[in-house]
Amino acid sequence: MSELFVNAMGDNNQQPTPSLQKKRAYPSRPEAVYLYGTCLVDLLQPEAGLDAIKLLEREGIRVEFAEQQTCCGQPAYTSGYDDEARGVARLQMNIMPEDWPVVILSGSCGGMMHHHYPKLFAGHPEEKQALKFADRVFEFTEFLVHVLGYQPEDKGKPETVAVHTSCAARREMNVHQTSWALIDSLSSVTRITQDHEFECCGFGGSFCVRYPDISGAMVNDKVKAISDTGANRLVSADFGCLMNINGAFEFQEKEMRGTHLASYLWERIGGDDL
Amino acid sequence: MSERIPAQNLSFDERVERDLNNPLLRTNFREAMDFLMDKRSSRFTDDQQLQDLRNLGASIRKRALSKLPDLLEQMEVKLRENGIRVHWAETPEQANQIVLDIAQHHGVKTMIKGKSMVSEETELNAFLEQEGINPVEADMGEYILQLAEDKPSHIVMPAIHKTKEDIARLFEKNLDECEYTEDVDELIQAARQELRKVFHGADIGLTGVNFMVAETGTLVLVENEGNGRMATTVPKVHVAMTGIEKVIEYLDDLPPLLTLLTNSATGQPITTYVNMISSPRKGSEDGPEEVHLVLLDNGRTIPYADQEMRQTLQCIRCAACMNHCPVYTRLGGHAYGTTYPGPIGSILSPHLLGLEETKDLPSASTLCGACSEVCPVRIPIPDLLRRLRHEGIRKLKKGEEAVIRGHGTKYTHTEKAAWLSWSKLYSSPALYRSFALSATLFRGLTPSKMKGWTDFRTSPKPSKKSLHSLVKQYRKQQGGAEL
Repeated sequence: MSELFVNAMGDNNQQPTPSLQKKRAYPSRPEAVYLYGTCLVDLLQPEAGLDAIKLLEREGIRVEFAEQQTCCGQPAYTSGYDDEARGVARLQMNIMPEDWPVVILSGSCGGMMHHHYPKLFAGHPEEKQALKFADRVFEFTEFLVHVLGYQPEDKGKPETVAVHTSCAARREMNVHQTSWALIDSLSSVTRITQDHEFECCGFGGSFCVRYPDISGAMVNDKVKAISDTGANRLVSADFGCLMNINGAFEFQEKEMRGTHLASYLWERIGGDDL
Repeated sequence: MSERIPAQNLSFDERVERDLNNPLLRTNFREAMDFLMDKRSSRFTDDQQLQDLRNLGASIRKRALSKLPDLLEQMEVKLRENGIRVHWAETPEQANQIVLDIAQHHGVKTMIKGKSMVSEETELNAFLEQEGINPVEADMGEYILQLAEDKPSHIVMPAIHKTKEDIARLFEKNLDECEYTEDVDELIQAARQELRKVFHGADIGLTGVNFMVAETGTLVLVENEGNGRMATTVPKVHVAMTGIEKVIEYLDDLPPLLTLLTNSATGQPITTYVNMISSPRKGSEDGPEEVHLVLLDNGRTIPYADQEMRQTLQCIRCAACMNHCPVYTRLGGHAYGTTYPGPIGSILSPHLLGLEETKDLPSASTLCGACSEVCPVRIPIPDLLRRLRHEGIRKLKKGEEAVIRGHGTKYTHTEKAAWLSWSKLYSSPALYRSFALSATLFRGLTPSKMKGWTDFRTSPKPSKKSLHSLVKQYRKQQGGAEL
């Protein structure tokens, strides 16, 4: 660092941790919801989807899993292929017609549907539909905390957990706080923060294959920061990031594998033993 | 680091490889950016206040841009009334020529320079040297770079990539009476002594501008070292050089923008010097006899023409976006290969240089949003990066005019075909079902090597059953009641 310029500027302060804030309106407890699994969970971590369904049902919510669901369209959208993204997005909107919340197992895909669908369809015939649909989309932890007021009954052994929240969870959906709140509400679990916790893990969709070295540098730093916490477990509500981080853990022959937050909650409340 | 290969000879990927694999550079940037992020956040402790201030900043910049042609006209009238001469340049070459003409008119041999990124954009120094004029950078960072024949790697801290040791060696080699020392104060003093001599002998001073006030015809320049104050007051002639977008409507618009700028940039409530230049010397007071303003377009009117892209021009050059960018932090500024690096550079440079020259910049981002979260004037940088990606792969419709030079430059039939097939697959539940079935059935056949991905990670392996199948099975177990 060029200390010539920064020496004179004084000491640092840490940013305070924000309190739990609601940044959008939430509906009252619905009779039913759609569960949106996302394409990555569907093929790579389907247990997380099933655990989410069981958990919601245990809370007395009827869960509809629209069988025709595929992908939110984000890969095409972030690559700039709007027509291709619209085709895929249109299907997702059409197959969940009832006025129920759409509970989605990813902050990133949630951001796509909640924030970007209205932009993607602006000036198109589906503009109004997209706006209404976007309003119904809630990320899983957000739904549990803000709509259900969910309080898990922790039956697990004491352990420490590092939480990874996706960039979209933090910056588009404001649901990093609900991930933390759920982990913090587990009586035997201690959440440990990581160095540069708010930094991207380097996944970025096609970014990780277009610029593998930059992405690799980022995920290596993330893996190190998580390892350095000494936490027993890694938990995230975004499987895209977990696929990236877990792949790097395995590549580096480290034991740690991140768990989707839905599965982690199900495990902690002893869901399968009930 | 004058041994660096000039950026233009290397591709983006080659520059990335060079800088990513330089451990000293990586550590230096990480530490420097951490420092700047902490400085900023220590100043913005009340989030609500910060968000209100950002809203105000954004609205001031949006309002100014919405009236840009009128404000520029109004400002020109005011500036002329105040005795400041105004010059318009469409291209960097024109801007440089204007500066040269002014210098030659006064028979100037040495020019003292305050920090000006626009003069970096026009490569003014190289041009003036060819014409026999000696420009001397007086901003400490720029001075170091000039001695090292290097380029800025950051728009606020141009020499942030230099270590104390780099600078000590550089000064020992280039300055009279400067022995090797790692004492920062001694190094600064040595450079100040050298610069003091130049200030006394220079007949012309050139600086950038942070804001121009249309209402009053005032040029505002913030700095910490006093070199801007010197360059705008000591020489007989002051030339200010800036982009056309820097205009604001009212003097009242200035305080919130200054607060946002200095706190976002360096975590300072105010800079050591705030220069407000409203006229040349009056009567026997001090100050320059002539003040000139050179206004540069250089492609800025291209994003101006598009409502969404126009937001790029809201920028007040605080560099908070680069300080917070995980990609910039790992690469440093030189890998970008453009005058303006980092997130703002990746949305601005394509307009200044065209997309052919800059085609990697919009893509080399995870769209993580760290930049837009801190941008003091709320530029939606990830949205604009995505828009540039879109324009880069899109073919124009009949009669449609391109919104950017190099439109469609990244279009390939192969990639288009790939996304079309992707879209077909994911728009059709039946196709997707058979795809998911084969992916899970033949999971053993998942390639263990996947280009790029497996350099750092194992390849992801599909599960034995998809969520679709698991849900079906689960519903059956439940007795089909809830199907």
